[in-house]
Amino acid sequence: MENKLVHYILGIADSNLILGQRLGELCGHGPNLETDIALTNISLDLFGQVRSYYQYASTLLGGDATEDSLAFLRLEREYRTALLCQQPNTDFAWVIARQFLFDAYHLILVEMLVKSSDETLSAIAKKAVMEVRYHRRFSSDWLMRLGDGTEESHRRVQEALDNLYIHADALFAMDEHDNAIATSGVGVDLSALKKEYFAQINADIQKATLVVPEVPYFQKGGKDGVHSEHMGYILSEMQYMQRSYPNMTW
Amino acid sequence: MVIRLPQGQEIDEVLYPILDAVSDPEIPVLSIVQMGVVRKASLEADLAKIEITPTYSGCPAMDVIGEDVRKALNKAGFDAEVKLVLSPAWTTDWLSEQARAALLEYGIAPPLQADADKAVLSGAERMVVCPQCKSSNTRMISAFGSTACKALFQCLDCLEPFDYFKCLK
Repeated sequence: MENKLVHYILGIADSNLILGQRLGELCGHGPNLETDIALTNISLDLFGQVRSYYQYASTLLGGDATEDSLAFLRLEREYRTALLCQQPNTDFAWVIARQFLFDAYHLILVEMLVKSSDETLSAIAKKAVMEVRYHRRFSSDWLMRLGDGTEESHRRVQEALDNLYIHADALFAMDEHDNAIATSGVGVDLSALKKEYFAQINADIQKATLVVPEVPYFQKGGKDGVHSEHMGYILSEMQYMQRSYPNMTW
Repeated sequence: MVIRLPQGQEIDEVLYPILDAVSDPEIPVLSIVQMGVVRKASLEADLAKIEITPTYSGCPAMDVIGEDVRKALNKAGFDAEVKLVLSPAWTTDWLSEQARAALLEYGIAPPLQADADKAVLSGAERMVVCPQCKSSNTRMISAFGSTACKALFQCLDCLEPFDYFKCLK
């Protein structure tokens, strides 16, 4: 049961970790000072949440497990990161489109996780809800600004959406363990939230004068451990220090 | 004796002055007691048991606050056990009147109520008062500011930029 719960927690937390890392790459490289600070603040929120999840998961695992061993010492296939969160910071439009698609999912998820029968998960979610509301507002504001902005910004954000939209569906993927945790009242039944998610994002996309991409299929993978080609590069950068100098601390 | 504060804190009266003297490393005018970060402080013989709660999940000040609490208590002759609790989640409603006044004095506009906060951050209303000239003719520059808990504003009368402590509820 405990390992199933850890597996479930990683299914949420590993997406936070990698998206936090992606946004962290932008530190000092944002298009202007305000968005640079905003994106790294969002990164910090995601890392803060992921620390709480990993701290909890490591107490459930016991033994040598720590928040750091979960973050830095797993193999690629052991991460349950959504494909969307691995996508590169191609340009600002991609950063915003990726964030928008993620934040809408993230807010729906943590709003439901507040109701978890697990006290710790519920407490983490209650804190996260307050933070993610700001993220959701930030990314949908920018989607609107870019979509309803200049011809160039419109073209670029449409292109980013067209490329990233295929990863939206897999955010909601659940395996048998996730289902068991959801049925027990500890986890969230994501499949029940998908309709609401697509209704929300499609409405926001249209409001931003953009076209909802028509995708022939949705990309599967990520949370099952099968990742995009980007994942290995992110992990090697993240894990380099701990792999080279095991147990080093600040 | 235990001192009960309106923000739901329970703090042993012996420990109160020690903890009240510990400040937020990022906003040094704020005492961690007045901020509502210290939730509970009890004394068992020489052992002080303290519960603190983070403002934001990723608040980098928490580790420093925990360390500062430990140091302050050790200096006063107590052993300290500092525990981080997540529930109930911190809200800006826990800032005491004294803390709000200290923020304003320091140049940070204190948080408005939730509805008003939403209106100012969406640009619908101008209600955040400039800590310098007290004009409410201000605009938001960015919903994210110098730390996780703040937004960046500018006064349109005196033209000074300033921080606004975001409502968290």
